[in-house]
Amino acid sequence: MALDSKIPSGPISDKWTNYKDHINLVNPANKRNIDIIVVGTGLAGSSAAATLAELGYNVKTFCFQDSPRRAHSIAAQGGINAAKNYQGDGDSTFRLFYDTIKGGDYRSREANVHRLAEVSTNIIDQCVMQGVPLAREYGGLLDNRSFGGTLVARTFYAKGQTGQQLLLGAYSAMNRQIGRGKIKSFARHEMLDLVVVGGKARGIIARDLVSGEIERHSAHAVVIASGGYGNVFFLSTYAMGSNATAAWKIHKKGAFFANPCYTQIHPTCIPVSGDHQSKLTLMSESLRNDGRIWVPAKLEDAKAIREGKKKPTDLSEEERDYYLERRYPSFGNLAPRDISSRAAKERCDAGFGVNKTGEAVYLDFADAIQRYGKEQAFVKGLDANDKALIIKLGRAVVASKYGNLFQMYEKIVDEDPYTSPMMIYPAVHYTMGGTWVDYNLQTTIPGCFSIGESNFSDHGANRLGASALMQGLADGYFVLPYTIGDYLAPEIKTGPISTDLPEFVEAEKKVKAQIEQFINNKGTKSVDYFHKKLGKIMWNNVGMARNAKGLTDAIEEIAALREEFYKEVRVPGTADSFNPELAKAGRVADFLELGELFAKDALHRNESCGGHFREEYQTEDGEAQRDDENFAYVAAWEYKGKPSDAVLHKEPLIYENIKLATRSYK
Amino acid sequence: MKLKLKIWRQPNAKSSGKIVDYFVDGIESDMSFLEMLDILNEDLIQKGEDTVAFDHDCREGICGSCSLFINGEAHGPDRGIPTCQLHMRMFKDGDEIYIEPFRAKAFPIIKDLVVDRSSFDRIQQAGGFVSINTSGNPVDANTIPIPKHDADRAFDAATCIGCGACVATCKNSSAMLFVAAKVSQYALLPQGKVEATDRVLNMVAQMDAEGFGNCTNTGACEVECPKGISLETIARMNREYLSASLKG
Repeated sequence: MALDSKIPSGPISDKWTNYKDHINLVNPANKRNIDIIVVGTGLAGSSAAATLAELGYNVKTFCFQDSPRRAHSIAAQGGINAAKNYQGDGDSTFRLFYDTIKGGDYRSREANVHRLAEVSTNIIDQCVMQGVPLAREYGGLLDNRSFGGTLVARTFYAKGQTGQQLLLGAYSAMNRQIGRGKIKSFARHEMLDLVVVGGKARGIIARDLVSGEIERHSAHAVVIASGGYGNVFFLSTYAMGSNATAAWKIHKKGAFFANPCYTQIHPTCIPVSGDHQSKLTLMSESLRNDGRIWVPAKLEDAKAIREGKKKPTDLSEEERDYYLERRYPSFGNLAPRDISSRAAKERCDAGFGVNKTGEAVYLDFADAIQRYGKEQAFVKGLDANDKALIIKLGRAVVASKYGNLFQMYEKIVDEDPYTSPMMIYPAVHYTMGGTWVDYNLQTTIPGCFSIGESNFSDHGANRLGASALMQGLADGYFVLPYTIGDYLAPEIKTGPISTDLPEFVEAEKKVKAQIEQFINNKGTKSVDYFHKKLGKIMWNNVGMARNAKGLTDAIEEIAALREEFYKEVRVPGTADSFNPELAKAGRVADFLELGELFAKDALHRNESCGGHFREEYQTEDGEAQRDDENFAYVAAWEYKGKPSDAVLHKEPLIYENIKLATRSYK
Repeated sequence: MKLKLKIWRQPNAKSSGKIVDYFVDGIESDMSFLEMLDILNEDLIQKGEDTVAFDHDCREGICGSCSLFINGEAHGPDRGIPTCQLHMRMFKDGDEIYIEPFRAKAFPIIKDLVVDRSSFDRIQQAGGFVSINTSGNPVDANTIPIPKHDADRAFDAATCIGCGACVATCKNSSAMLFVAAKVSQYALLPQGKVEATDRVLNMVAQMDAEGFGNCTNTGACEVECPKGISLETIARMNREYLSASLKG
């Protein structure tokens, strides 16, 4: 099957407008006869559900959390990009488009990214109208901050809780439609399979996580907005429940899975403290606006710090190595995430790490506190030579910008980041890969759409900071509501879809069989045992640096672990009750397949690009070396029974507006 | 450390529950409270027993899923955090810890420590929004300047994570702090003022219909709120409610 990306013709800046002008529409009266299922209620899912319902479609939403408001978009901290150019610093739609393509290391689709940049400004207008309290300046206008990989300040924010505020905005729009009866919300429900009838997505099988009941739900289209698959690493900044099950089930029913090896390892997370650890916590990239990253310049100082004989504050400026500022002078501490993460790993591997495990670097606010303190003293006409006063004033400014993050750090690490620098280390944070979609955000299954982090299209091989919130809301509020109409226009005469069709019966039978298998397996090991083992294989062999041997080993080890899982897993409790272990078992079963495809994809891509770093392909100074001649394509995998049998389809990436170039932030 | 846990076990909404004793060993001070429960559950699986069910998801203090009543306090002994950010350094070897669900008539128990907080969703559905179309063409975001002070206070109210600690800790099981936080957020912003009258009346009516108690100003909710939502929000809601009632 040839992949058709359905990119409209014409100049890039007119594509979306022209396309919208000529797309098929569904008349308002007919929308009432069309049902849409949305799986996942994060930024993409809730914004899509609210908008589709408002247009007049009948929407059903599904989330595994106890309320749509708790989807993991809530945890996004730093901000959301938009090409508003409110700061007058030279921003434009083109610049956001260009930065995103370059940030993604030239592995994303031009037309999709340009559309994203175009609608970015609408998102901010929309959210402000909804009552989202974004940060403001004293004049009452919106404030901006700067994020990695850009030279302008285009990031809108709400302290360190931007995701929370945007999600609550989308959730409120959903609530309005729930109140009007246009959305039926199914919380504590998990999608366990897609139902395909006559080649079209026609519904899902879901489990009520409270009663254990297996339910059939039909619709004229199914939208997957279930997020990313970073929990394949077990330890990550994802929520404990974040899972790939919905995305993986549609893959098994015919949706191609694109670029699974493109994973974002975020440079600023709280380091791992021990084996008991269940999750990692991010310290927002926004902190790099003001924090400076360093390690000791001398190995003996690093050793002394690790042994507790020296403190970071004992080291003079000359004894510190601000390695990002040294290596990337023009972007400095705001180098993109993939580059910053690798640079931290490089220093720690060379022995300069600063915590007990040797896997941590400093993120230091001492300079920022001084700078803000002096600024405040000047503004208030106070004594700029009073050191204690400067620190007090400076800390207050830092607290107003990042207070909740500093508090979070202190609670977890039990150290005060205002007086001693934070310790940070990279951790798995986001997956750029995902379900392959065309320009309409439709998967290779007609009627099945994929939006937000669960699709692959906008971030290439590396996502820039503050772009995930932008993409989630762009897809949900401004893209899908148009493109889905084009698919649904011929469906107005279809009428209600019966859940008694044999395809529903068959899908339900398979779901029930797997549940029975888990419950009756009575093995010797818990689900977490397997999940942690999988995570270790992934982190060691498919993590920040990869090579052919490690990847080949990983593929074998994951396949063997999967076999052991089905023999040895023990799931307590029953199928017809609230049973979190049973829910986990199904998710880990899917990760055990996805992980293998992930490694296979990483092995086939004989180049380094963005978050995918192959040790064999690097420049002399350790930067990623792309191979545009052979790998400027999207790798879309077709399911054929086992991950090892997956068939590769290529969508060539054609750059008509941006010249492919070596990505440099020096 | 070694700890004795006294945990509320209840198979489902219909059956009755009771406190059951458990012991855990090898707990380190830098573990989170939920990681301590993970260790207990791993142990129970090995013994072939059913695990203790508890709600949790983001484990970084923002989703509002976790809802444990620990030694008589919502989210345990530490302040300004939900349960997932509570660390074992707050306890010492040999401690006896009581772990119960958030209890309220409007939060029926689903299993063990898991409660049904969908009443909060229904209150929001009654009016916790601004009625503007998401697919329309809204005006430029900077058209209406909002004083920074108001925007910041609206933000402070909007940081509520909807965990329900305020209800669990209130002797009347009142949801006033939760509802007031939402009402305040909108009342402080020009976008929210348009529907202010209907919003406060509808949300309060739904709150009452769900079976939450009244506020008697004990202030316990403010103390236990992991996000520091202030009692001032309740005062603001009362003002909004009074003026809305007079407009009637």
